[in-house]
Amino acid sequence: MGMRKVAVVGAGMTRFVRRAQETGRELAYEASKMALDSCELTLDDVDGVALGTAPDSFDGVHMKGEYLSDAAGAWRKPFLRCYVGGGTGVFAPIQGWYHVASGLFDVCLVVCEEKMSSCQPHPQGAFLTIFDHTTERALEPNLLWIFALEMNRYMHMHGLQKKDIALVSVKNKRNAADHPCALLGNPDITVEDILNSEVLAWPVQRLDVSPVSDGAVALVLASENVAKRITDVPVWIKGVGWSLDTAYWTNRDLYYPKYVEYAARMAYEMAGIREPRKEIHVVEPYDPFDYKELHHLEGLLLADKGDAPRLTAEGVTARTGNMPVCPSGGLLGVGNPIAAAGLMKVAEIFWQLRGEAGKRQVPGKPITGLAQAWGDLMQVGTVVILGIHG
Amino acid sequence: MFRQVAIIGVGHVGFRPLTPDLSYKELMYEAAVKAYDDAGVDPRSDVDGFVTVAEDFIEGTSIFDEYVPDQLGAVLKPVHTICGDGLHGFVAAYMQILTGAMDIVVVEAHSKASNVLTLEHVMAYAMDPVYNRPLAVNPHFVAGLEMNRYLAETWTTREQCAQVVAKNKRNALYNPAAAYGADIEVDAVLRAEMVADPLSRMDISPHADGAIVMVLAAKEVAEALTDVPIWVQGVGWCNDSFSLENRDWSAAIYAAKSGEMAYRMAGITSPWQELDFAEIDDTYSYKELQHMEALRLCRPGEAGPLTEEGATELSGELPVNPSGGSLGMGHLLDASGLARLLEVVLQLRGEAGPRQLPDVETGLAFGWRGIPTTSGAAAILSN
Amino acid sequence: MTSKIKEFPGVALSSSDFEEKKVLFTEWAPNAQYAWDAGIAIGRYLAELKQGRIIGTRCDRCRRTVVPPRNFCEWCFRPMDEWVYLEDHGVVNTYSVTYVRWDMVRVKEPIIPAVIEIAGASKGMGIMHLLGEVKPDDVKIGMRVKAVWKPPEERSGAITDIQYFKPME
Repeated sequence: MGMRKVAVVGAGMTRFVRRAQETGRELAYEASKMALDSCELTLDDVDGVALGTAPDSFDGVHMKGEYLSDAAGAWRKPFLRCYVGGGTGVFAPIQGWYHVASGLFDVCLVVCEEKMSSCQPHPQGAFLTIFDHTTERALEPNLLWIFALEMNRYMHMHGLQKKDIALVSVKNKRNAADHPCALLGNPDITVEDILNSEVLAWPVQRLDVSPVSDGAVALVLASENVAKRITDVPVWIKGVGWSLDTAYWTNRDLYYPKYVEYAARMAYEMAGIREPRKEIHVVEPYDPFDYKELHHLEGLLLADKGDAPRLTAEGVTARTGNMPVCPSGGLLGVGNPIAAAGLMKVAEIFWQLRGEAGKRQVPGKPITGLAQAWGDLMQVGTVVILGIHG
Repeated sequence: MFRQVAIIGVGHVGFRPLTPDLSYKELMYEAAVKAYDDAGVDPRSDVDGFVTVAEDFIEGTSIFDEYVPDQLGAVLKPVHTICGDGLHGFVAAYMQILTGAMDIVVVEAHSKASNVLTLEHVMAYAMDPVYNRPLAVNPHFVAGLEMNRYLAETWTTREQCAQVVAKNKRNALYNPAAAYGADIEVDAVLRAEMVADPLSRMDISPHADGAIVMVLAAKEVAEALTDVPIWVQGVGWCNDSFSLENRDWSAAIYAAKSGEMAYRMAGITSPWQELDFAEIDDTYSYKELQHMEALRLCRPGEAGPLTEEGATELSGELPVNPSGGSLGMGHLLDASGLARLLEVVLQLRGEAGPRQLPDVETGLAFGWRGIPTTSGAAAILSN
Repeated sequence: MTSKIKEFPGVALSSSDFEEKKVLFTEWAPNAQYAWDAGIAIGRYLAELKQGRIIGTRCDRCRRTVVPPRNFCEWCFRPMDEWVYLEDHGVVNTYSVTYVRWDMVRVKEPIIPAVIEIAGASKGMGIMHLLGEVKPDDVKIGMRVKAVWKPPEERSGAITDIQYFKPME
């Protein structure tokens, strides 16, 4: 296509914990430093910084991008902060991509940070303010409600049962037991555990959901020439896509994430992928709730509508299956510091394609992987496709 | 080299102290309709990407990007929000076209400052929660500290700063879109109530509401759609230290580096000679002077005397803020930088009416995100 | 990654660290107050709610009647053509049964949020509200429900002028 090629050459992340002692700035620093160290670069080598971080209400700082900027390496450098709700974690590398693909930058540091625990009395309360200030907020909705409404619709349209969906939570929390940064890895969790957990907003139960967490992740992106000097194993950004649906979510049928499909198609086209189910070898869709993994796999066109649960039940999406999904353990297992969680997925694909995922490594030397995040009022899809071949 | 990109359409609503008749969505819609009409594009079919700028605590809504696509014609299209000034959104839109993946990208910024009842408290909420916020001081103190340092280091006087206020408010009288045009005496600025010494109330730009939408297009498309493409010659943006304790209080380094990057791209080595005019952030009166020096329009300490001599008036050698700037138009929060850029476009197109500068070819726009940030962005355009 | 890196940064704190004062912290309550201009479309929506009516808008090009009303059609990107009075009853598109409030405080009585497709609007055009006077087990997708309004003198021009929707029988 004649576009400048961009590669991921380094990555770093902090542990995802319920409540970190580190400030948001410190978390951002730790991840950024680790990412630079991983490819033996210093801040002098960085031309620009792209930061992704979600609601300011959590960290308790207005314009928190500015507050985090120099901790994320943007001292006397061009700095941009992107924000598309939960989609941010996969959008930040897209923003990094357009920095480098534009030709204006050779090396871009992409950082995602979230410190949700500062918000009192409970970070969940901050989500009240994402609803429309006039037509919805007075009803005092909890974010869990909107997920429950969507989950119910999805289950209703496809005749699904909770047990079909709980398998995802089991898979991911077990996968996460092999992730050194995971908050909720549990090698022994069962479907019964999920089904017996407290009902929060039926059909959503406690173990269907990923928890509020703190954490940060960073990637180093580089242009082709520079990437080849930095590492023998650059992982190329083959395609990017993003799409934002209408804010009027109550006017949409929530059973299918059309915006994820639009984002995926944009990325597949850029990557020259015609048969995603054959050409994508490892997938990290956004899984803040177990049913979301299924919902998103369908939106990504990796499963027929309503069929993703069957793929899960048949082991297709297990680490050793034909299409491993969330080998990292996902948000359900590793944790959900919103923007950092999405970037964690991109980092996972990076490590998987390089064969560096340790105990989480999927067999078969995957060549192409996809990471996807979602956010807003059941509204935004962001997709990045990475490939080990140029 | 780089793909050539032009601004092919602009639209705005405002700017006024209040906009009680329209919701933010309706403001954005109106600005968008005007911009798309100006550009001759249908957002549903012609526009490849959209960039908006917003901050949650200014809007009073978390994850504000949720609420932008509908009124811009961006439903189910690639849209993202930048937490930055409109000029940051502009450079993001510009970069997307440079990649070659997109040909037409839209950028939007707005202000509903009138709807934020506790704006100064919200501004204070941007300060470091551990080191600065507990001091519980009116946030303008950050500008007061910097102004004091600036005056001391450059021998600029309060009178010269007050002249910036008088000049910009007078320019605004010729700008139908300006909210605060007035003919004032320098003395009035000096005698006004102190907010954070040496900043008086009149040294601080008052707020206004409004929305701005611009359409950018790659060369081939731009030339097909308009006879007056306004070309992007260079862009630059930079952040300095966030920490109040670690920053350099005398020079606006973020502005210097933004300018450096933009001048390099545009091939400009003597800004004063090669630019015909400039729209430069004047959130606080002294900022216009400090930024002029940082942007190398003149040497440190010269901006004050140049203003005194009238060199930056509409009739001067290098008019600065012919629009009236924030002091004259009203401070549009994060849309301020895009308002600077808007004026550059209008001047270069010959559409600036009573304040039209003669024979202009190249203009600079520079925005700053306001206290307590050290975040700025620059763009150089030509016709 | 995992093979090369031994220690990952991030120190986890627990509630007892705070209770036993092992860590220092600062607190701040933001003073963030807003008065949002409702504008033309929502201004009318609220005024009609005060009158005990639900109003929508219609785009003649795509022929959708939508609610909540907006004065532009986001799909066609053109102004809406007319205001349309809708019914104050509809059909449940989806719902949930919850025992947690917005701030995660547990409640004994279930809260039943739902998306209700309003009769008179195009298919799928719903609003979010609560269901009441119904047992959780009796709620079904597709159920017909009707608005229960506050008495006229208590209405203020807000979405809460409707208390909840209850089953139509």
